Amino acid sequence: MSDLSAGFSEPPRRRKVSKFRWVTLVGIPLAAILFQVYVPRFFTYLAYLEMPLLVTVYFSLRRRSPPFGVVFGMCIGLAQDSLSNHPLGMFGIVKTLVGYFAASVSQRFEATSALLRLVLAFFFFFFHQFFYWVLASALLGQTVSFEPVQTLVLGVLNAAVAVPLFRILDKLDVTE
Amino acid sequence: MDLILNRYRNLTALVAAIFVQLVLLAYQVKSNQEVRLIRVWAVSAVTPLARLLEGGRSGTVNFFRDYFVLLDVREQNKRLQTDLNRVQLENQVMRAELDTAERGKALSIFQEQSGMKTIPARIIGNSPGSNGRVVLIDRGTGSGIQPGMAVITPDGIVGKIVSAYPYASNLLLITDPTFAAGVLSQKNRVHGTLKGTGNSSVIVDYVQNEQNVEVGEWFYTAGDDRIFPKGLLAGTVTAVRPGRTVKEISLSPSGLQHGLEDVLVILEGDHKPIPDLPPPNQSVHLQPLPPAEGDAGLAGDPLNTAHNTSNNSGGAQTDLDREVERTRRIGEDQKHVFGERGRGAPDFNKVPDPSVSRPAAAPAPRP
Repeated sequence: MSDLSAGFSEPPRRRKVSKFRWVTLVGIPLAAILFQVYVPRFFTYLAYLEMPLLVTVYFSLRRRSPPFGVVFGMCIGLAQDSLSNHPLGMFGIVKTLVGYFAASVSQRFEATSALLRLVLAFFFFFFHQFFYWVLASALLGQTVSFEPVQTLVLGVLNAAVAVPLFRILDKLDVTE
Repeated sequence: MDLILNRYRNLTALVAAIFVQLVLLAYQVKSNQEVRLIRVWAVSAVTPLARLLEGGRSGTVNFFRDYFVLLDVREQNKRLQTDLNRVQLENQVMRAELDTAERGKALSIFQEQSGMKTIPARIIGNSPGSNGRVVLIDRGTGSGIQPGMAVITPDGIVGKIVSAYPYASNLLLITDPTFAAGVLSQKNRVHGTLKGTGNSSVIVDYVQNEQNVEVGEWFYTAGDDRIFPKGLLAGTVTAVRPGRTVKEISLSPSGLQHGLEDVLVILEGDHKPIPDLPPPNQSVHLQPLPPAEGDAGLAGDPLNTAHNTSNNSGGAQTDLDREVERTRRIGEDQKHVFGERGRGAPDFNKVPDPSVSRPAAAPAPRP
């Protein structure tokens, strides 16, 4: 809890904006999408991992810029859409919103503590799944099932993966 | 205006991005067309990497399997018996080669005997998102694949191509909730629509409660959906329950029961009649050849027996082959030489003696 409060208490003006190499900004999302395309074929139990979403949340939180979050989320979402069977824009819109809100949150809080990252990853996973279901039902008229309990459990699992993943991605930060 | 846009810069960026994507979405839904260029770019970017990953994975697996595991076995067996070790190693290598050869042979035999123009493909990836059942195969428009083409294995139908790109295609599996195909039951000739459920099983919809469907009965493709040729195995009935308006029929898809690795894409289909017998359980999974249409009254006909023998041996493959064989046997029995001037025609109603030994049926050349 103290970890969380420490993250909240830092004054807004002193927060740093992380910088990454362009290779990182392109390579990591590509690797995340490839992971989702390729790995569940051999390890079906890893299909629950929404790596593109976790990557979107991480970079949006670190860059602290809502326009960056919007563009970053949109690009990853559209790339995901391109490889799926849905119309283009479904994952795009949802991840645009995730990128925007994650960047907005990071302007208020220092999201470096593990607990805060856990909570944010869980929240954004649930938001992502719920909003996708809303879009599929409302815009496409599809009868997609939404199971809150299952989504909550998957959210916890994704959040548990997010914490060490974010820690690893921190190593790619090239901010002076 | 500029002041407002600058002040609400973040919100403006969000609204603009959402608006663009909504327009894109609306265009696709309204026109029922996909934005092909973006998909082609994305798939073309991912396919080489997926191939590279697949190559790396299979190489690593083979390395560990063929080197470390066998090295370990060798070490253990050295302590026990050196000769036995060598035999075991040889045996394992040969078994692996045999497995690979058998799988390839089964696919190759089926490809030849099906009478359809097909192309083999390998599954190289899954589609993102956990809702759908779409996989990526390593053949695309460069190999003649087009959206809507049926995909099968020797065990049965697998799915259909939903989008084709230069070097890869998206394959919608029959277990996807949006999949549908016309099917016909083998025993009672009940017509229904096969639909995916998102799970490992599929259902047959639109079968009236009054119609008779039994557990264990086979369903074949009906051919009326213009995707799958008639007479391909779809699956076997695992459960039947009367529903509110139509029967609730669960099917175990036969095409997916041995896992998915190699598949055949049908480039040119060939409709076949639904066989009267369920497919035999044999090690090489081949679809049974259909009996000749209208042969029901020839149960005791030795020629008909000859047809079946010929079918099982893989000699006569089509109705024309069987008819050529029948004519040839009648000619032999009546000492008639076809094509000789002034000989007329043999009596085709005279059934030849079944005790006369028949030479092995050579497949007749197809016209």
